[in-house]
Amino acid sequence: MKFPYSEKVLEHFKNPKNVGKIEEADGKGMEGSPACGDMVAVYLDVNEETMIIEDAKFESYGCASNIATASIITEMAKGKTLEEAKKITWKEATEELGGLPPVKAHCSVLAVEGLRAAIRDYEEKHGLITENEPTTVDVVRSRLKHVMNPMAGLDIIRTELVSKIEVNDGVVRILIDLPSTHQFAAAIKEDTLEKIESLWDVKEVNIVFTE
Amino acid sequence: MFGEMTYLDNAASTRLDEKVLEAMKPYYFETYAVATSEFGYSMGIDAKEGLQEAREMIARSIAASAEEIVFTSGDTESSNMAIKGVAQALQDKKGKHIIISKIEDFSVLNTAKMMEKQGFNVSFINVDSEGILDLEELKNTITDETILVSIQHANQEIGTLQNIEAIAKICKEKDLVMHTDATHSYMRVPIDVTKIPVDLITISAHTIHGPRGIGALYIREGTPINKWMDGGFQEANRRAGLENIPAAVGFAKAVELVTAEETEKLASLRDYTIKRAEEEIPHVTLNGSRDQRLPQNANITFHYVEGESMTLHLDMRGFAVSTGSACFSRSLEASHVIMGIGGDHERAHGSIRFTFGRYNSKEDVDAVMDSIKDIVAQLRAISPLYDSN
Repeated sequence: MKFPYSEKVLEHFKNPKNVGKIEEADGKGMEGSPACGDMVAVYLDVNEETMIIEDAKFESYGCASNIATASIITEMAKGKTLEEAKKITWKEATEELGGLPPVKAHCSVLAVEGLRAAIRDYEEKHGLITENEPTTVDVVRSRLKHVMNPMAGLDIIRTELVSKIEVNDGVVRILIDLPSTHQFAAAIKEDTLEKIESLWDVKEVNIVFTE
Repeated sequence: MFGEMTYLDNAASTRLDEKVLEAMKPYYFETYAVATSEFGYSMGIDAKEGLQEAREMIARSIAASAEEIVFTSGDTESSNMAIKGVAQALQDKKGKHIIISKIEDFSVLNTAKMMEKQGFNVSFINVDSEGILDLEELKNTITDETILVSIQHANQEIGTLQNIEAIAKICKEKDLVMHTDATHSYMRVPIDVTKIPVDLITISAHTIHGPRGIGALYIREGTPINKWMDGGFQEANRRAGLENIPAAVGFAKAVELVTAEETEKLASLRDYTIKRAEEEIPHVTLNGSRDQRLPQNANITFHYVEGESMTLHLDMRGFAVSTGSACFSRSLEASHVIMGIGGDHERAHGSIRFTFGRYNSKEDVDAVMDSIKDIVAQLRAISPLYDSN
C-alpha cells in the first residue's frame, strides 16, 4: 500500500499517544470548530512549583495529520516547562513526524495551536500573564486566522471574508463580506466573538455583515 | 498487489471486464486500421463496420437511432460538447441564459462557470435536503433568453435521481434544449428517449466495467448544436479526432454485459449497507434520497468522526471508499453536493460513499461494515465532540 504519509505519521495515526481527556485539567485549549472541519482539544497537568508539564492529553475530531500532530506534540510537551513547550513550533513537530504533505499543514497547525491555547489557559488562570500586549488591528487579524470559513474549510482571513478591521479605544469593528442572512453568518459571528471578546482590553465587539 | 483490496468506489471508475478486453483486442491487432469510407481498403471498411455496430448497440440501449450517437473521449467531453455546442448555436438566435443545478458534476458545473466568464448568464437551481431539484424554481427561472437546461440524471456523490421526465417536459413546453448527464445512471436506471423528450445525454463506458477514454453524447435529431472542437470530419462532422474504435467496441460490449439481475444485486448490496449502518451504528445519517436513489450508491455520514481518518483506516484494512470531507480532497474544499443539500461541514466531514459494481458481494459489505463499526468506535472515543452530545 502506498500512502502520502511517513511511517511515523501512520504509526501515530494508528496508535495515537496521550489520547483522552484530563478531568479538571490545569490548562485546557480547544482549536477549530465542528461547523467548519477539524477540531482538537489539548489538556495539561502542570506542576505549580516547577512549571513542568507532567501530563498532556488530546482529543481530535480530525484527519490523520491532525491526529498524528496532536499525538507527537503532546509527547514533545510532556516533561518540558511551560516556557519550553510554548516554543515548540509546528515545523519541529512535523520534522519529528518525518514530514507532512503541504496541503495538510492547516490540519496539523491546529494541533500545535491547541497546545499553545492550553498553555495560555493555564497562564491566564494562574495570573502569569504580566505584560499584556494592547489589542491592535494586527492582533485581531491574527486571532481571526483561527475562525473558519465553513464554505471553504480555510480561515476567514485567508479566504478574504474579512473586508475591514477597526480598533478604537477597546471597541473592535469587523466587516465581514457576507450577507447577514447567509446560512453560515451566525456560525462565523459566534466564532469571531469567541476569539475576540476574550482579549484583555476589548470592551465591545461589533460584527457588521454586508447587505 | 491489490489482490486483497475490496474496491467499493465504483462511481469513481470500475474494473474492466475481461470479456470487454477480449472484444477490443481484435481491433488493436487485426482490424487496426482507421475507419475508411466504403471506397477505402478492406481493413478500414471492417473497422468502420465494427464502429457502426458499436454505435447501434449503444443507440439501442436508450431507444435512439445510431445517427444520434456521437462517440467522445468520455463524460467530461460529452458534457462540454453539449453545453458549449448548444450555447454557440443559439447565443445569437435566442439568448445567453443557461440553467443547471447546484449539485452537478464538475464537468457540467465548471463548464457552465466558464460560459459565465464568456458572457452567458447561468442560474444554479437549488435542491432539497434529499438532493431533489426544485421544479417550481426551475419553472420560475426560465426566461425568454433561456436556451439550455442541463440537469443530471443521478448524482455522483449522494446517488439521488432526478425526475428527468418531468424536467424534460417543462423544457419542451418552453421550447428549450435539455441536456442530462447520465454518467452514473446509464444502464442502471433505464432511459428511453422515445418516452422522455430529452435532447442530449452524456454517457460513459468506465462506470459500467468498460474502458476509460470513451463516452458518447446522444444528440436528438434536429437539436441545434455547433461543433466545438476543430479538426477532421469524423462522427458525421460533429466531433473531430480519430475514432477510438477499440474503445467504442469495448463500450458496446460493456453495455451488452449489464443485466437487470445484476442491477438488482447492486441495489440489494446498497440496501444491506444502509441497513447495517443504521441498525448497528448510532448517529448516522443517510445522504440523498431513500427512494429516488441510484441502485449502486450508499452515502452515509458517521457523525463525530472525520472522513479522511476513516478512509485511511479502511485503506489499511484493505477497503477503497471515498468521502466528501474537505480533508480528503486536494483542494481542501468540502463536497459542494453535501453543502448543496443544506448540509454543513460537519455533515460532509464524516460522509462515506460506498459504490458497488459487478465484482462486489454481500461478503464485501459484511467485511467493510464490520471494520467501519470498529473504526467509528475507535475514532469517536478520541473525538472531543462525542461525549458532549
